[in-house]
Amino acid sequence: MSHAAELPLWAALLVAFLLLLGAGLTLLGAIGLLRLESFYKRVHSPTLGTTWGTGGILLASMLFFSIVESRPVLHELLIAVFVTVTTPVTLMLLARAALFRDRTEKNPEVPTFAAVVERSCEVVARGMNNDEAAEG
Amino acid sequence: MSVTILFWSVTLAQFFLAAAALCCGARLFKGPRAQDRVLALDALYVCAMLLLITFGIRTGSTLYFEAALVISLLGFVSTSALAKFLMRGEVIE
Repeated sequence: MSHAAELPLWAALLVAFLLLLGAGLTLLGAIGLLRLESFYKRVHSPTLGTTWGTGGILLASMLFFSIVESRPVLHELLIAVFVTVTTPVTLMLLARAALFRDRTEKNPEVPTFAAVVERSCEVVARGMNNDEAAEG
Repeated sequence: MSVTILFWSVTLAQFFLAAAALCCGARLFKGPRAQDRVLALDALYVCAMLLLITFGIRTGSTLYFEAALVISLLGFVSTSALAKFLMRGEVIE
């Protein structure tokens, strides 16, 4: 790692902190992926790695190359923007597919579509009753 | 001094990321249903991308950045195609 010899101490400490933050959060998310008990809980945990996990490591890389090459190196922003935009899209597609599969198999752990509609109608009716009580 | 700090932090970060990739691999192997395996594959793509960026910091070359970008693109395409397959039974209708 002789290319890092001219790096000042504060920059090295900051890069080390960001790297360990990003890698630690990614590891935490992966452990959650391994240990949580249902798919709908597991689908949340890898997003630790795609938000601050990716963010920390990309910030560390940007800072490191900007100081070593003494010019702003910002192309890591491309990955950051891409990951931020695409992760919710893919995970919502995946969760909808899983919900569809569970409902077609009549899995008792997920609410049926009819139950969801019924409950939301109840909530709306309760809200309207509350409004009438407040007005009257 | 800064070289030592950087060397050990990059090594530790790579160790963490490799452990994360192993966890994803275990879920990929174990996953009771297909959607768990697709989710684990998506997380594995992210781990591989981050590992490549830390390799870039270790060697001081920006060559690894392009590989990381391609991996993140492929991760998006493959996960959305697999989710579409799980939803409809075919990818292109």
